[in-house]
Amino acid sequence: MSATLQTSAEPLRPEQGAPRAALAVRPGRQLVALARAMLRSFFRDRTALFFTFFFPLMFLVVFGLIFNSPGLGTTTIGVVGGGDVVTNLPRQLFEPKVYPDLAAGVAAVRRGDVPAVITQDGDRVLLRFAASDQVKAATIQGIVSNLVAQGNVVASGQPPRLTLDALRVEDQSLQPIQFTTGGILSWGVATSATFGAALSIVSWRKRQLLRRVRLSPVPVWTVVAARVGVSLVVAFVQAALYVLVALTPPFGLQLPGTWWLIAPLLVCGTLAFLSIGLLVGAVAKTEEAASAMANFIVLPMAFLSGTFFDISGAPAWLRAVSQVFPLRHMNDAMLDVLARGRGVSSVWAPCLILLGFALVLTAVATRVFRWDDD
Amino acid sequence: MSTRGRVQGPAIEVVDLRKAYGGLRAVDGVSFTVARGEFFGILGPNGAGKTTLLEMVEGLRQPDSGQVRLLGREPWPRNHELLPLMGVQLQATAFFEKLTAREQLQTFGDLYGVGRARVEEMLELVGLTDKAGTREDRLSGGQRQRLSIACALVHDPLLVFFDEPTAALDPQARRNLWDVLREVQARGTTIVYTTHYLDEAEILCDRVAIMDGGRVHALDTPAALVRGLHADTRVALPPGALSESEARALPGADRVQLGDTEIVLTTRHPAVLVTALAGRDRLDGVSVRTATLEDVFLNLTGREYRA
Repeated sequence: MSATLQTSAEPLRPEQGAPRAALAVRPGRQLVALARAMLRSFFRDRTALFFTFFFPLMFLVVFGLIFNSPGLGTTTIGVVGGGDVVTNLPRQLFEPKVYPDLAAGVAAVRRGDVPAVITQDGDRVLLRFAASDQVKAATIQGIVSNLVAQGNVVASGQPPRLTLDALRVEDQSLQPIQFTTGGILSWGVATSATFGAALSIVSWRKRQLLRRVRLSPVPVWTVVAARVGVSLVVAFVQAALYVLVALTPPFGLQLPGTWWLIAPLLVCGTLAFLSIGLLVGAVAKTEEAASAMANFIVLPMAFLSGTFFDISGAPAWLRAVSQVFPLRHMNDAMLDVLARGRGVSSVWAPCLILLGFALVLTAVATRVFRWDDD
Repeated sequence: MSTRGRVQGPAIEVVDLRKAYGGLRAVDGVSFTVARGEFFGILGPNGAGKTTLLEMVEGLRQPDSGQVRLLGREPWPRNHELLPLMGVQLQATAFFEKLTAREQLQTFGDLYGVGRARVEEMLELVGLTDKAGTREDRLSGGQRQRLSIACALVHDPLLVFFDEPTAALDPQARRNLWDVLREVQARGTTIVYTTHYLDEAEILCDRVAIMDGGRVHALDTPAALVRGLHADTRVALPPGALSESEARALPGADRVQLGDTEIVLTTRHPAVLVTALAGRDRLDGVSVRTATLEDVFLNLTGREYRA
């Protein structure tokens, strides 16, 4: 049976009323509408809020407060018998715990009750320690051998020939919080921008919202600009929150005069991390996949870029590899500003690197971008 | 925008449209014309090619060959002049996450540049005024469908596409939605609509195109399609209303089936038969069934309609 074609151009029903009102399609209004919709979605998503604002804040608290406590505190040490080295152990460092004989002391070390036991047999000072806690063992050995060396100098009757004058080069007030804040801030922005872009692209595609927007008179650049704007707002709110918390007395962050330089770093960093999210969102089909991929990128990047601890002790090849991560450059620049108080000269190069990274990755992402699932 | 208002010519012209994926001819030479103000249904089972056809007509997909003109303009590539004139409601309810019904409409309204008064008007039209402050994820299935129709209509388009707007709705919600669709049609908006439900298309559509295997097998008003079948009418009476010999003696009764629950008389002349029943005062509990689009589909494709 062949199809019957109705070719009549006569309207079946006349359109009612006056000719329909002209629309005033304005890019500015579209941009504001999209950005507002995205912000509302974000601020009504408790999970997103937690991971954006409070999760990094927890790390700030952990690293800021724990590593802020100076030195090791006092260490319990087992002692057996007397002798001048044993009795002269500095009490601000060591709290002695007395054992009847060396065998009992060594047994206590083996059990893990005390990290080391010390006794003096005439001119021989015996130290037995547990190597399981290497830092404590090294500290105790260092202090005790120093005591032995001092005893030797005194016994020689000569004035000491060499003296040590040690002083840190940074500001005397420099606390670990100066390092921690910048790292946590960079990491927080990396997380929120990457996940924000990746998850919203996948979710919009799955809900066919991408298709719906494509069928409305909205230029593509407006959608992109709205997303960039929203991520920038989120990044600056994050920065304000972390810095304000770090400024409170328990943390005691001191802002250098050039602190405003974190603003251009935030902008360039956000763009770089958005481009990662854009690529993940272009490739991933489901939110779960996007989340896993983003984690797979952001977490190793955070560790290798020295967000949580210094990587200057890492092997040279690893430090070289870490140069490909935008977070590494953002971290370094944040440190230069917040910990070392350096100026524009230390920020412009990282900013250019971040922007270049964003440009390259966005170009790649545009190539693999899909509007629809099929 | 000067291009709005009364545009001459048909709303949609599709000429010999084709699209193949590998060896599969998803759309295989489809042509049709939709008049302004018409309610046009595209019917067919899953895999019939409805979705691909609709995507090409909307301008989301490039045809391999053939022509599409919407309101005299080509929809592919993305046509910024055309987009404000058309509205779309998609299968997935395409909402902004966690926004309320009113906020969704405001956002879409802003994208199209319409005034804020329109938002309340649309809420009213689809009966969601009392749900205006409810977030999309807390609306029922029927409410979400109505909201998505409101979002498609917020800029008062000349032409709207509804993709299975009544899918997965309970019968009551479906009927409520029909009223909304009829109201939209009454405003003179051209509606193109796909559905699984043949009974629904029969009630709502001015004309339907029946698709299968990438082709349009029939295109006409539902009534003409059913008439074209020359199918017999079945008149059912309650059991015991007539004896078998009485039934066979009735004028126009071509065939008689006596079942446990009903007596079915098949006829090519329903008027004669029903008049005869009326003359014998036997119309109590009588039901008359004519062929439906389901029968048309069965006749065209040789198989049951599978939704």
